[in-house]
Parts: sequence; C-alpha cells; structure tokens
Amino acid sequence: MSDKPLPVVDFLKIPEDGDPYLEGHRCGECGATFLGERTVCSKCGARDQIKTVTLPTKGSLYAYSIVHRSFPGIDVPYISAVVDLEDGTAIKGNLINVEPDPDKIEFGMAVDVVFDDALGRKDKEGNSYLSYFFQPSAA
Amino acid sequence: MTDVYVVGVDMIKFGRFPDRSVPNIGAEAALMALDDCGLTIHDMQALYSGNLGQASAMVGQRILQEIGQTGIPVVNVANACATGATAFREGWASIKAGLYDTVLCVGVEQMGKGLLGGGGGGTGIPKEGLLGSGTMPAVFAEAGMEHANKFGTTFEQFAKVSVKNHHHSTLNPKAMYQIETPLDVVMNAEMISYPNTKLMCSVNVDGSAAAVLCSEAKVKELGLMDRAVKVRASVMSSDPWQERDLVMPDVNSCTRKAAKEAYEMAGLGPNDIDLVELHDCFATAEILHYENLGLCGDGEAGRMIDDGEVALGGRIPVNVSGGLLSKGHPLGATGIANIYEVTTHLRGEAGARQVEGARIGMTHVIGLGSACGIHILEKA
Repeated sequence: MSDKPLPVVDFLKIPEDGDPYLEGHRCGECGATFLGERTVCSKCGARDQIKTVTLPTKGSLYAYSIVHRSFPGIDVPYISAVVDLEDGTAIKGNLINVEPDPDKIEFGMAVDVVFDDALGRKDKEGNSYLSYFFQPSAA
Repeated sequence: MTDVYVVGVDMIKFGRFPDRSVPNIGAEAALMALDDCGLTIHDMQALYSGNLGQASAMVGQRILQEIGQTGIPVVNVANACATGATAFREGWASIKAGLYDTVLCVGVEQMGKGLLGGGGGGTGIPKEGLLGSGTMPAVFAEAGMEHANKFGTTFEQFAKVSVKNHHHSTLNPKAMYQIETPLDVVMNAEMISYPNTKLMCSVNVDGSAAAVLCSEAKVKELGLMDRAVKVRASVMSSDPWQERDLVMPDVNSCTRKAAKEAYEMAGLGPNDIDLVELHDCFATAEILHYENLGLCGDGEAGRMIDDGEVALGGRIPVNVSGGLLSKGHPLGATGIANIYEVTTHLRGEAGARQVEGARIGMTHVIGLGSACGIHILEKA
C-alpha cells in the first residue's frame, strides 16, 4: 500500500515536491489537446508530434447535469460538469460547493480546478486517491 | 447499380420477455417480415443480424436454427444503438454490390432494467460520481444543456418532447406503452439526471424487427412493387473529431455529416421529408436532432416543439411511433423498427397514427461512441 495518495487518473500528476496539476498532451501540428498519453493525433493524424503541457487551473462551465440517480453506493445528488479550461481544453468532473439546483448554476460561470481526496474511496489494497474537482472561482 | 427496395417488414409488439431467448425473439420478427411479402426463408440469399447483448454468440445463425437452416451466409452485427440500422445497411450494400438480390435483415435485443453506461472500468477506484457521470441519462442531459447554453432551451421544452411521443404511442398498438402523459406528469416524474426525468428516458424493452430487401429486378419479377418502398439513401458515419470529444460523446457532428450525405444521395432536402423517426433515446436528444437533420435552423428546435410542428398533424411529424421514449428501445432492434414505422406510413397502413399523404420518410439512429445511421425511404 502506498503511503501517499495515488492519482485518480493518469493525467493528474503529483510531483514529489510541488502542487498537483493536470497534464494535457498537445499536438504540435494542429494544437489539439488530449487527456492521457498518446502518439498519434486523432484530429489531424500527425504522428510523434505530441508534447505534454500543464493544463490551466481556471475555466468556465460549458454544460452540466444534476445527477439524482446513479449506481448503488454513489452519493446523489451531485453536479456532473463539463468545463472549458482557459486554454480551450475540455474536461469533465464534479462541480462542488454549489447547490445542486439549476437556478444556482450559470453557464459560463468561472470555476477553479481544485485537488482533494477522492471522496474517501479506496482501492482493494486500501490505497487513497487524489482527485480533481471544480468549484466556483473566488470573486 | 440497382435500386434496393424494402418488400417485407415488421416488428413484434415491444415488451418484456425474460423467459424467451434472444434468437427466439428475433425469429418471430423474421417470420413476420417474410409473411409480409409472402416469401420464405428459402428465398433469402443472406442474413444480416443485429444484436448487441449477445454480440459474440452467433445470434443470426441461431435465428436460422429456429426458422430454417438453409446454409446461407450470416453476418452478425454490433454497433451500439445503431446496430439494427447497420444490419439493414449491410443488407442494402450487398444488393447494391450485386452479390445478392434478396436478403433478410433482423434486429433483436433483450434488455435488462436500469441505467446504461457509467460502468467505470479502468483501474483504481470507481470514477462514477467522482469525475462527473458516465450514465447515459447524464451524458445526454449534458448534451441537452449544451443546447440550453447556446440557445436558452428550457426544461419545459425538453419535457414537451416526451409528452408528444407518449401521445403518439397511444395510437401505436406495437408500442410498449399507450399512456397519455401530460406535461406536469413528465416534469414531476422522478428526476434522473437534470433535465431528464424518468419519463424523458427511453424505455428498456425487449423487441425485434426485420426487413426483406430486394433488387429492383427481383421486386418486379416477384410482382411485389405495389407495397414496396425504395431506399433512396443509406448512410453511416462515425464521429468526426470535435474539441470536447474526450468528455462529451458527440451525437451532433456525426448526425450532421450523415444527414448531409443522405440528402445528397437521395437528391432531396429536408422540405421533401414527410415524417422522421429519429433517435430520441432521451428527450434532450430529440431536440438536438431537429437541427442536426436540418428540420429547422440552428436555435429553432425549442420553437419547433412549442409550436407543435413535430407532432402528428404538424409540418414535419417526428416519432409518430411513440419513439424510443414510449415505443421502447431494444437497442439492436431499434434501427429496423424505425424502418418498419416509416414503411408502414408510406404504404398508408399506419391506421390512427397515419401521416396523411406520406411519400418520403427518414430514419435516424445514433450508437454512442459514435455511429450514426440514416435512411431515406420513398413509396415505390
């Protein structure tokens, strides 16, 4: 078992010294950004042009759903959100610290990417995980 | 290349048949489609069989083991919710290519209950409810909310889709449900994933549908042109790259691409279409496809549903069968069930839900991931 939390996805990076961050893979040919390692760009087909980039921590809310029915053991309601980061990369996650009420959620609202424990979920070996979330930007 | 015609087509009444096997359910529709044109399994030169749940279990061959093992080639097809349309299109292509002049296409599915999608997978811990939701109601809710973001589409407008399709299904004896479902009932039903309530999600049902296709020469030889329906266009697409692909499965661009190509293949435009059966897997999805299929301009879908243009009797009736929302959505059968619905209207045999004077109709399905299948049919 790891003595430190593991990243919830492989594009969440936890440096030995420094803050966690999200990593993108950007095509040097056309600029498309992907989450997760790859060697070929699915936008333009270019090979071996992919470079890693650190994704921004600010973005805006593009679309969402308030999930009231999920699988057994999943706490509801929660807000499933699609966020456009400042560099145009789209990313999906939970929007937290907002009431799950459509009247309280505005399209285009500014959000920050924040990192926290993965809702207490542990794997079979008992490892903890670090996840990312979105929350409204401080005014 | 020859034109291809639907000469026989039928579907079983959708329902729940937990005690029957998948091939048995498929065989019933196959026999009904054969009876519809007065042919037998001995007249069929190939079988294209669509099923998702038992994609590795030779469903097509097992259908023949129920209705006649004539030794013809069988192709088993799986393509998510576009499975039935893909099987139909493979049959169409085989006749176009001159391989055969008479083929059978079957779509069948036996569904469980409950949520689809969001299984998570991968390693570590479950991601559902941690990195958003991968359930189908949530994914299609987000697609609808993208439309709301762009055009101000409302919860009420999405809900009206469900009211309309449930009303249509009261006129369709083969639909799973025949229940009037007013707006307040739809909007106050259990919220699954805002803005999709339970009554705005397609119904998981078991079902099957089948079609017999012939070349033009064969239709004439058999004397079946009276009730035949010509396939004016058969198009499939996959999802072209979109900037939000990684997080929002895209049902729009593949539909737009396929629709454009289908209109070109048919030499027709949206104004020529008399009825449409489109992929209303969720109420939010139907709204998107009015625009994707060119039935209205971008941003006009909310007005279309408000004005009743897409209801039976309106300018361009959509999902007069009751749609996936109320007729039901047996994944592998849906694409061919749509063909049955449109063909029935073009033949003037749709009874109480008949679209008067219908000459040309369109079917559309989306398999998330994504596969889009569009067919344009015309009365022969």
